[in-house]
Amino acid sequence: MWLRTGVIAWKEFVQIGRDWRTLAVVVVLPVLMLVLYGYAINFDLRHIALGVQDEDRSPASRQLVDAFSRGENFAVAETVASPAAATRALDAGEVRAVLVIPRGYAADLAAGRTATVQMLVDGADSTSATTTIGYAGAIVREHSGAITLAALRRRGLLARDGFPPLEMRTRFWYNPEQRSVNYIVPGLIAVILMMLSTLLTALTVVRERERGTIEQLIVSPLRSYELILGKLVPYAMIAFVDVLLVMGAGRMLFGVRVVGSIPLLLALSVLYLVSALGIGLLISVISPTQQTAMTVGMLASQLPTMLLSGFLFPVRAMPELVQWLTNLIPARHFLVIVRGIFLKDNGLAQLWPQVLLLAGIAALTLGLASRKFRKKL
Amino acid sequence: MNVRRILHLVRKELIQLRRDPQMLRIVFISPIFQLFVFGYAVTTDVKHVATALLDQDRSVQSRDLAERFVRSGYFDIERLPAGPDEVDRQLDDGEVQVALVIPRGFAADLAADRTARVQLLVDGSDSMTAAMVAGYAGGVAGEFSAQVATDRLERLRAQVQRVPAVEERTRVWYNPELKSVRYMVPGVLSMILFLVTMLLTSMAIVKEREIGTLEQLVVTPITPGELIVGKTLPYIGIGFISMLLVLALSTFWFRVPIAGSVALLFALAIVFIFTSLGLGLFISTISHTQQQAMMSTFFFMLPSILLSGFMFPIANMPQIIQYVTLLIPLRYFLVIVRGIFLKGNGFAILWPQVAVLLVFGVAILGLAALRFRKRLG
Repeated sequence: MWLRTGVIAWKEFVQIGRDWRTLAVVVVLPVLMLVLYGYAINFDLRHIALGVQDEDRSPASRQLVDAFSRGENFAVAETVASPAAATRALDAGEVRAVLVIPRGYAADLAAGRTATVQMLVDGADSTSATTTIGYAGAIVREHSGAITLAALRRRGLLARDGFPPLEMRTRFWYNPEQRSVNYIVPGLIAVILMMLSTLLTALTVVRERERGTIEQLIVSPLRSYELILGKLVPYAMIAFVDVLLVMGAGRMLFGVRVVGSIPLLLALSVLYLVSALGIGLLISVISPTQQTAMTVGMLASQLPTMLLSGFLFPVRAMPELVQWLTNLIPARHFLVIVRGIFLKDNGLAQLWPQVLLLAGIAALTLGLASRKFRKKL
Repeated sequence: MNVRRILHLVRKELIQLRRDPQMLRIVFISPIFQLFVFGYAVTTDVKHVATALLDQDRSVQSRDLAERFVRSGYFDIERLPAGPDEVDRQLDDGEVQVALVIPRGFAADLAADRTARVQLLVDGSDSMTAAMVAGYAGGVAGEFSAQVATDRLERLRAQVQRVPAVEERTRVWYNPELKSVRYMVPGVLSMILFLVTMLLTSMAIVKEREIGTLEQLVVTPITPGELIVGKTLPYIGIGFISMLLVLALSTFWFRVPIAGSVALLFALAIVFIFTSLGLGLFISTISHTQQQAMMSTFFFMLPSILLSGFMFPIANMPQIIQYVTLLIPLRYFLVIVRGIFLKGNGFAILWPQVAVLLVFGVAILGLAALRFRKRLG
C-alpha cells in the first residue's frame, strides 16, 4: 500500500513541478497577502478628515477646534463658510464629518449656559461612522468637563478634586501596543492555508477526469483511499512549507513572535491542513468540470473562510443561525488555535475542544471524498 | 466590423453556455449568496461582548455601574469570577473578552466626592474589536461619571446658579440608521460586475485555445476585432443580468433605496466594464489552460478586493499604499456606485472618476486587443 501511495504522490509532485505558475502562486500568494494585509489594512481610524464650520469665530470656539485637532483621531481638512459648503464637502467625500459651532457659542459659555455644537457625520460607511461618532463624543465630553471644572474652580466651589467622579483605566492584554498585525498574521496562516489547499486540490481529480487519465488510474491495482492519500501528501507538504513561510515572513517583516509552543502550533497546523485538503478533494470528486470545481471552491470554502470564520469579522456579532453554521468552517476552529498559541501561550488544556472539532471535520471530509470517489468508479 | 458575423458568434457562445447549466446556475447564485453574507452576517460592529464582572465593592453604586454596561447592549455579563486569578484564567481561556473590575471602596469614594477608579481588562489580541470595545466602555463610564457630576452640581445649586458646558448633537447623513447593508450592497454590486466580466471572458477564450477550436475560428473570415466583440458581448450581458439581480434583491429584500439615478448607474457601469473586459482579454493572452487563467485572475482579484476600499477604507491605509490604490480601476467605480446609491451624486460630482475610468478602459482594452491580435497572427 505504501509503495502505491508513494508512486501517486511522486507523480503528483512531478506534475506540480512542471507547472511553474502554480508553484509561483504557492510562494508568491502568501507573501503578497501578508504584505497587503500587514501594510495596507489598518483598522485604527486615524486622521479622519474633518470640516469645520465656525460661525462664532471666538477664542472659545477655536479652543474646541484645537481639542479636535490635538489628538490623532481627527485632522482638520477644510474650513467651510456656509451650510451649503459643508454639504458640498461631504457630498464630494472631501471630509467625513463637519463640526458646526453656531454663533453665540462663546456667549453661551460666558453666561453659564450649555452651548450646543453640531456634528454632521458621513454615515455611508457605517463602521467608520460609528467610530467617528464615538471619538467626537469623547472629545466634546472631555472639553465640556474641563470648562465646567474651570468655572467651578474660579468660583472657589471645589474644595476637593473629585472630578471626574469616575475614572476607568483600560489595560489591553496579550497585545499591549494594539498592533493589528499581531492579530492579522496568525489569522492569515489560517486563511492562506485554506485558500491554497482548495486552489490546489480542487482540480486534481477533476483534471484527471476531464483529460481522461482517470480510467488509467482505475484499471491499475490502486485502491481509492490509496489514491486519495497519494493526492493528499504532496499538497500537504507544499502547504506546510507555506506555514513556515508565513511565520518566518511575519517575524521578519512585522516582528510578530509566537508566545506559545511552536511544535504544538506546527502539529496542529498539520491537522488543519488535512481537513482543508479534505474539503478540496471532496469538491474535486463531486465536480464535473474544472470550471465548476473552481467556482464551487471559491463559494464553498474561500468566501466563508474569509468572511465567516472570525478572521476579520467577529463571529459573536453574527445572527444566531449563522454562528451555528460557522462551526462547519475549519478555519473558525483553527483561528482560535493559532491566535491562542501566537498571542496567549494557550496549550492543549485550553484548545482541546477546537482540536477535536478539527479532527472530526478532517475525518468526515476525507471519508466522504473517498466514498464518493469509489461510488463514481 | 460585420454585425452579422458578430451575431453568429454571440449565438454560438450562448448555445455553449446553455449546455453548461451548472456553471450558469453558479454565476447567478453567487451574487445572491454574497449579498446575503454581506447583508446579514458580516458586520464589524461589536455587540454582546462576553464580559466578566469582578465586583469587590458589592454596593448599590457598583451594581448601578454594572447595570449600565449591560443596558448599553454591548456587554453581556457571562462570568462572575471570585478573584483576580479567576479573571486571568477566564481571559486566558477566551471565555470572556473583557473584564470589569470594581475595587472595594468604590461607593465610599463616590460618597466622599473623591474620584473612584475602576479597571477594564480587554483581550487585545483582536486589536480591531478591542479598540471599539474600549471605546464603548469609555462611553458607559463617561455617562455614569456625568450622572454623578450632575448630582453633585445639583447639591451645589444653592451656591451656583449656572455652570457652562458643551453639548454635542450628531446628525448622520446618507445612512441615518447606520446600516452596514447600505454600504455593502454597492460594493457587492461592483465586485460581481468586475469578477463576472473578467473571469468569464478570460476563461471563455482560453477554453477555445485549450480545446483547439481557436484555430478554426481564426481561419474563418472573422476578423480579430469581430472575434473579440463576439466573445465578450454575451458576458457583458451576463454581467448586466447579475447586476439587475443584485439591484432587485437589494431594493425589494434589503430595502436599500437608490438615492441617485439608475440610468446613470448603468451608463457608468458600461464605462467600467471596458476595463474588466480588457483585463480578462489580457489574461487570456498569457494563459494556456483554464487553471492558469484562474490563477492569474486571482492575482488581479486579490489586490482589487483589498485595496479598492470595498471592505477597508482607503483613508486608513499608509500614504504609499494609498498611491498604489490609484492604479486600481475598481476603486473609482466604487466611489461612483456608492455615490449614486447613498448620496445621490450626479455627473457633476462624479466626472473625475468617470474620466479616470475612461482612460483606464481605453488603455487596457486597447493594449489587450493589440496583444490578442498579435497572438492570433
